[in-house]
Amino acid sequence: MQISQEMVQQIVSQVLAEMKAAPPQPSVSAVLAAEGKLTLRDKGVAQKGTNAKEVVIGVAPAFGKNLHYTIKKLPHDQILREIMAGIEEEGCTARIVRITRTGDLGHIGNRAAKLSGSGIGIGLQSKGTIVIHQKDLFPLTNLELFPLSPILTLEKYRAIGRNAAKYAKGENPTPVPVKLDETVLPLYQPIAVLLHNKEVLDIVHRGDDIELEAQFKE
Amino acid sequence: MAERKEFKNKRFQILSEKPVNRHTYLKDWPEVGITAHDGVNDPKPSIKIENGLVVEMDGTRREDFDMIERFVADYFIDPEQAEKSMTMDSTAIAKMLVDICVPREEIIQIAKGFTPAKFKEVVTQLDECEIMMGIHKLRARKRPGNQCHCTNEPDNPVQMAADCAEARLRGFDEAEATTGVAPIAPLNSVALLVGGQVPNVGLLCQNAVEEAVELQLGMRGLTTYAETVSVYGTERVFADGDDTPWSKMFLASAYASRGLKLRFTSGSGSEVQMGAAEGKSMLYHEIKCIMLTRGAGVQGLQNGAVSCNGIAMSVAGGVNSVHMENLVTAMCDLENASSNDQIFSPSDLRRAARTFPLMWAGTDFIFSGYGCMPNYDNMFAGANFDSNDYDDYLVIQRDLVVDGGLRPVTEEEVTAVRNRAARAIQAVYREMGWPEITDEEVEAATYANGSRDMPPRDIRADLDAAREMMKQRVTGVDIIRALAKTGFEDIAERILKMQIHKIAGDFLHTSAIITPENKVLAAVNNLNDYQGPGTGYRLQFYPERWNEIKSIPQESSPEDYE
Repeated sequence: MQISQEMVQQIVSQVLAEMKAAPPQPSVSAVLAAEGKLTLRDKGVAQKGTNAKEVVIGVAPAFGKNLHYTIKKLPHDQILREIMAGIEEEGCTARIVRITRTGDLGHIGNRAAKLSGSGIGIGLQSKGTIVIHQKDLFPLTNLELFPLSPILTLEKYRAIGRNAAKYAKGENPTPVPVKLDETVLPLYQPIAVLLHNKEVLDIVHRGDDIELEAQFKE
Repeated sequence: MAERKEFKNKRFQILSEKPVNRHTYLKDWPEVGITAHDGVNDPKPSIKIENGLVVEMDGTRREDFDMIERFVADYFIDPEQAEKSMTMDSTAIAKMLVDICVPREEIIQIAKGFTPAKFKEVVTQLDECEIMMGIHKLRARKRPGNQCHCTNEPDNPVQMAADCAEARLRGFDEAEATTGVAPIAPLNSVALLVGGQVPNVGLLCQNAVEEAVELQLGMRGLTTYAETVSVYGTERVFADGDDTPWSKMFLASAYASRGLKLRFTSGSGSEVQMGAAEGKSMLYHEIKCIMLTRGAGVQGLQNGAVSCNGIAMSVAGGVNSVHMENLVTAMCDLENASSNDQIFSPSDLRRAARTFPLMWAGTDFIFSGYGCMPNYDNMFAGANFDSNDYDDYLVIQRDLVVDGGLRPVTEEEVTAVRNRAARAIQAVYREMGWPEITDEEVEAATYANGSRDMPPRDIRADLDAAREMMKQRVTGVDIIRALAKTGFEDIAERILKMQIHKIAGDFLHTSAIITPENKVLAAVNNLNDYQGPGTGYRLQFYPERWNEIKSIPQESSPEDYE
């Protein structure tokens, strides 16, 4: 392979572009969230789990960091707590990982599942859209998808956590029922666009998946 | 905003409660691309060609092209034509679009030499009326068509088969399913495959699911076309989908290799919805998607904002701009399934204003699709028109002497096909060893409006059957065999005919549909030849069809009052 002047320049400009796109990460990405009730402490690069009873919750780049409420104005600390409670109710353990390289829900969910000792993961965007994923599925498919976040309640988030745990235990649960509400889309789709455009501002080009420790304050 | 505001003024209070105010309207935010066609980074048209290679396009040098620009420059733009087209005055070309004396072929030839920005500069000069004139003249197939959504909330197969049969009876050329829960996909495909061929042969069916699954369903002969192959205008959105234009082209070839009709899907708003519009407008990105589709050698495109209707139509000029993208699709000689599908506003007036211009202009598929069941059962998150709108639509065809693709039906006809479809799917389930469909379910599906009229079914058992049939490699031939063995030879025969079409390949031509007489109508044997009054598709040339459209069952005749 010949190395031309042009190629060298191209590589240099690529490296420079990547450096620009990925600023050095602060050791603690923790920011006080929703009325100071949630702290997500950065624990370094996430590793693949070995606990067959764990469910990994993959949160999107801005979750609890620069965005603190879902599209329905549910605080991030409350939905995270409900999901974790649902998982624990079924005797499983929850681990939280921030996916930093993409804001795409399917990819977040699939990356979380691949890190999970049970092979089951949850993907969660800041606007509240949530998916249950399994490590061997194609990223854009899922076990259960809840695309209409404005109709999700705290009870639903808990039920989704429970179902994820049931899959982790090898069960075949009845999917969490979602009542369709066709009036929701026209009202919330444009707001979803606003929120997602904010979410992706926090994407780190080829960024690592970061293990998080959640601390809740009453 | 989503939150309700209270007014002291009673008129303001009444207006605030109107359906038109149950949609959120956005101010332009052109820096991220929340704008119909005025992005801060939208380029000006330009081209430089050296030795037959596009070395600069719309102000970007070749070495700085992203993969979409490179694909469009290499596979869409005809360098020889570009030398001519890019020097032509955009206003003069815009005038040619609406001039009935300039034939369709001439415009299509000129457009082969356009860059994305040139397309935008030309079509943004047209007003709403002129856009429709352009579509009327430039759409590919002479006879307009129509497509429906066919889904239900609990993924009930009996209702789905019955709805699909009724949809074909009502005149739809294509039907598409999706799922409530993803793993049920193969059984939903079977419901459409069987139900759709009950009234007559020819309904094309697809299932909008994850792309790899969708391809598998097609290769197994459980679907007869595909549409949910999405393309995007920016690299990052492509990457989020684990894709490139080349991988989409590869997927398109996979469908072609099995003789399956395919169109791509795109639409204004998807890039900005994914947060990756790079300060370019929705229309500019969409034009690149259209050019990419043509460059990939795919025969058609579903666009017109589609799933992003609610976004495109939240900004100023949104509907107008979305109609422009339909026009660009026709200019690229592609079949166009022109959206009108996803609900964007509960305002009857707004959804009419968004839809009817395209019905009057006529497109290859006016809807993509029209909900053939009530909206509460629409798993595409609600359709712009649903089964509750059938009679309005039929009367409007009759009022305006327009063929919108649907036909009036009687209750007796509908009952007959729904019942037959329900019994056929019952027989298939029994023969295949899938969870039983009871006589009670057949009876309910015969008369149901939607899933709220159906007895509950055990979705878990159906899901197990769906997983099992994928493992066992069940194909369309197994379904044909099951129908033939259980006394439904006519339906078996028709599904077989649909599989034979894949071998003959005629329905791979641009804009193909299959008539109830089992004849392929495409832009080859049914090319749109509109050139003003006395030409093109008009109901006065098809008195039988006009008679069908005008004879609605609600008509009173003099004899009724003797």
